Amino acid sequence: MTEERFDAIVVGAGMSGNAAAYTMASRGLKVLQLERGEYPGSKNVQGAILYANMLETIIPDFRDDAPLERHLVEQRFWVTDDTSHTGMHYRSDDFNEPAPNRYTIIRAQFDKWFSRKVRAAGAIVLCETTVTELALDAAGKVIGVHTDRAGGVIHADVVVLAEGVNGLLGTRARFRKVPKPEAVALAVKEMHFLPEEVINERFGLTGDQGCVIEAAGTISRGMAGLGFLYTNKESISLGIGCLVSHFAATLESPYALLDAFKNHPSIRPLLAGSEIKEYAAHLIPEGGFKAIPQLFGDGWVVVGDAAQLNNAVHREGSNLAMTSGRIAGEAIAAIKSRKHPMTSDNLSLYKAMLDKSFVLKDLRKYKDMPALLHTNSHNFFTTYPQLMSQAAQNFVRVDGTPKIEKERATTAALIKARSRWGLVSDAVRLALAWR
Amino acid sequence: MTASVVRIEDKLYQNRYLVDAGRPHIKVRQHQSPSPNLLALTVVCPAKCYEVNEDGQVEVIADGCMECGTCRVLCEESGDIDWSYPRGGFGVLFKFG
Ligand SMILES: Cc1cc2nc3c(=O)[nH]c(=O)nc-3n(C[C@H](O)[C@H](O)[C@H](O)COP(=O)(O)OP(=O)(O)OC[C@H]3O[C@@H](n4cnc5c(N)ncnc54)[C@H](O)[C@@H]3O)c2cc1C
Ligand code: SF4
Repeated sequence: MTEERFDAIVVGAGMSGNAAAYTMASRGLKVLQLERGEYPGSKNVQGAILYANMLETIIPDFRDDAPLERHLVEQRFWVTDDTSHTGMHYRSDDFNEPAPNRYTIIRAQFDKWFSRKVRAAGAIVLCETTVTELALDAAGKVIGVHTDRAGGVIHADVVVLAEGVNGLLGTRARFRKVPKPEAVALAVKEMHFLPEEVINERFGLTGDQGCVIEAAGTISRGMAGLGFLYTNKESISLGIGCLVSHFAATLESPYALLDAFKNHPSIRPLLAGSEIKEYAAHLIPEGGFKAIPQLFGDGWVVVGDAAQLNNAVHREGSNLAMTSGRIAGEAIAAIKSRKHPMTSDNLSLYKAMLDKSFVLKDLRKYKDMPALLHTNSHNFFTTYPQLMSQAAQNFVRVDGTPKIEKERATTAALIKARSRWGLVSDAVRLALAWR
Repeated sequence: MTASVVRIEDKLYQNRYLVDAGRPHIKVRQHQSPSPNLLALTVVCPAKCYEVNEDGQVEVIADGCMECGTCRVLCEESGDIDWSYPRGGFGVLFKFG
């Protein structure tokens, strides 16, 4: 193995690594992919919603054999306080289309499937192999990798760092810093198993239709965070994630938070009688555009979560990972076909192509959002949700109070909690960050 | 809201691990008294790998670690801990993820 030389080494067999390895191998490059897990997916955690278009660009006929759980027909957004939720539900028959737009998946199974495609395209995939360090020449160019297997450096013209949010190799080589506590969320998640018919009945679904709930409010106890409930065929993925900096400041326990979310009166009946089969934890990059590190250098590129390419506002990550992996693969194949060397100058093609894609356009749009939610979390996640619940209850409860008095009470509660100036300034800042 | 006590052992019991016996992938540096972030890990680590021992020092037992990286983000830069991945194939093995 050590004698061999590869066109490209891909570190990691997650969403971005598989997309990159598949793209390069199917263009005839000699690709080695290294994954530390026992099998691809054994280290990976996701909600998980799969966005079909980005996978379709890579594997057009993925629907034929990919392990898909349900296609989504309904999305619920909930704002919670301790006893209630105020919600918006969007459900449309349009989503029952021949080629659905979004699916739920189970990552460990999906990653195994994706990896089979990568192998079929001609890449060599080696699991149970942790890359310990990048190999650099005297000029600082990446020339290969060191692994925890016996043998020396494995050489390649270019290394694709698809190593996920923790990205040890890139930080050890000083290509980027360890993520800051305010730029990553810690998510904890459980898999709750229930018979298919029970899920269908509880959520009003038929066949392989699915429904998802995203919830924000007092469930995160003043931290910037979000809870989610996703329906799979015979299970429900339930999780909650909050910024690491907020966990450290509030000293909330992640599993206690998850259990309180599970026991929320709006969630509990949806899970009743379920059997829990796994508990998982993972970080999510939430720093947005401003946290994106250098994306390429002499002999290397970085893709996916390792490059912080994750859209926290829209809960999208795997599609940005797949797209950045594909684009990196296309850029490398183009440089290779021109017989050019994998220098930083030439690899800047990757960044140029990524700039034109939705990946960097979307992240640029929300560049001010992370800072806003980071500093204002108590208002957005506790004060406003509580007020919203009060307002809704004022509106709904019929008790003989004249309506005009109810409206006044609602307005007064808002101003008391936040002051007129506070309300206006929150609204303006939110609007600017959203722009 | 709910006063129910959450037992982390019951949660981790669901998971599959291949522990690399005698080769912990996370180490805590010797210290007199723990820094605030190191102390925070006793609550914030989602697998409750960190505990304060009788000498008031924070120690780590990484057998139930899910390799999330939270402790790394909070404590690696200050030198409080050494963080690495387990050897290939070892550590947590998610069945669903
Ligand atoms: C709880 C949760 C819910 C989410 N929900 C959604 C969702 O619904 N929709 C969505 O689109 N996104 C979601 N995301 C985000 C999504 O999971 C990520 O954006 C995506 O997985 C990133 O892909 P990646 O390939 O960059 O990294 P990963 O998928 O993390 O893959 C990295 C791979 O590299 C391997 N690796 C790392 N270091 C080494 C090394 N040194 N040697 C060998 N191998 C190594 C790892 O084992 C791993 O397989 C969610 C994330 C979480 C945590
Ligand atoms: S990596 Fe995560 S689970 Fe493992 S010890 Fe650190 S905080 Fe705990």
